[in-house]
Amino acid sequence: MDNVTLVAIISIAVSGLTIAVGTIGPALGQGRAVASALTSLAQQPDASTTITRTLFVGLAMIESLAIYCFLIAIIIIFANPFWNHVVAKAGGG
Amino acid sequence: MHLGPDDVVFWQWGFVKLNSTIVTTWVLMAVLVGGSHLITRKLATGLTISRWQNLLEIIVGSAKKQIGEVGLSRPEKYIGFLGTLFLFIGLSNLSTIIPGYEPPTGSLSTTAALAISVFVAVPFYGIADNGWRGYLRTYLEPTFIMLPFNIISELTRTLALAVRLFGNIMSGSMILAVLFSITPLIFPIFMTLLGLLTGMVQAYIFSILATVYIAAATRTHEPESK
Repeated sequence: MDNVTLVAIISIAVSGLTIAVGTIGPALGQGRAVASALTSLAQQPDASTTITRTLFVGLAMIESLAIYCFLIAIIIIFANPFWNHVVAKAGGG
Repeated sequence: MHLGPDDVVFWQWGFVKLNSTIVTTWVLMAVLVGGSHLITRKLATGLTISRWQNLLEIIVGSAKKQIGEVGLSRPEKYIGFLGTLFLFIGLSNLSTIIPGYEPPTGSLSTTAALAISVFVAVPFYGIADNGWRGYLRTYLEPTFIMLPFNIISELTRTLALAVRLFGNIMSGSMILAVLFSITPLIFPIFMTLLGLLTGMVQAYIFSILATVYIAAATRTHEPESK
């Protein structure tokens, strides 16, 4: 197995792992956030505007972690710096 | 496979490029400015107002209410900036229902520019409200030990603003592109629907976060003035 194949295999596997492992934490966090927001909404329907706004802001904060993982996965697949390096080396040498 | 509207280049002359991002952004700005100008040209205060004036009144009124609820006591001062952010991002995300349209917010250049304008606006409004000393004191807020963390948070939240909007919109259009190659008949419609929802939520979140940041920079002075 030459270096190019090795880099390709590792890149694809790692990008899959990135999105798989990286979404576990945000998913659990968002689930907890929504669950407690629903509990508060059921207890105090009057405060629904404040709760909803805070919930959206908090969900956006949590979601950005998953988005970072997605970006890393996209970079590894479509704009991999190591890939270009290896291909240039294989072509040159 | 192209990753965004930056790769669609209409015209190029050496270093100068005219890509889809720039063209779409200018078209959207022209629509916003021209539409607002056309509507506000004949405003009425009577019982019967035109339906477009009604639309603008709803938008401006609810934006003012939202800004006031976050904690900025005079929304009129900030609505020019925050409302423009919301309207531009919202329109650019909603226009994805037009076939062949690529949202300029799916390019990192646009979102970085928007985030940098928030990054500049926070000290601008903070200094305008509290003066230089008052604004710089917010960096020493709990204790002076927090100074480096406050500076780091200023930079990372700008990065997070840019990457959050970019990632959401770009992932939406990328999922659409993948779905078009697998099941081109029905499923892309549902994903477009979901994309419209997330687009509006992202526009709301971007402007509400900018409001929260500005409120945090201007808040310290308010209890004394009351």
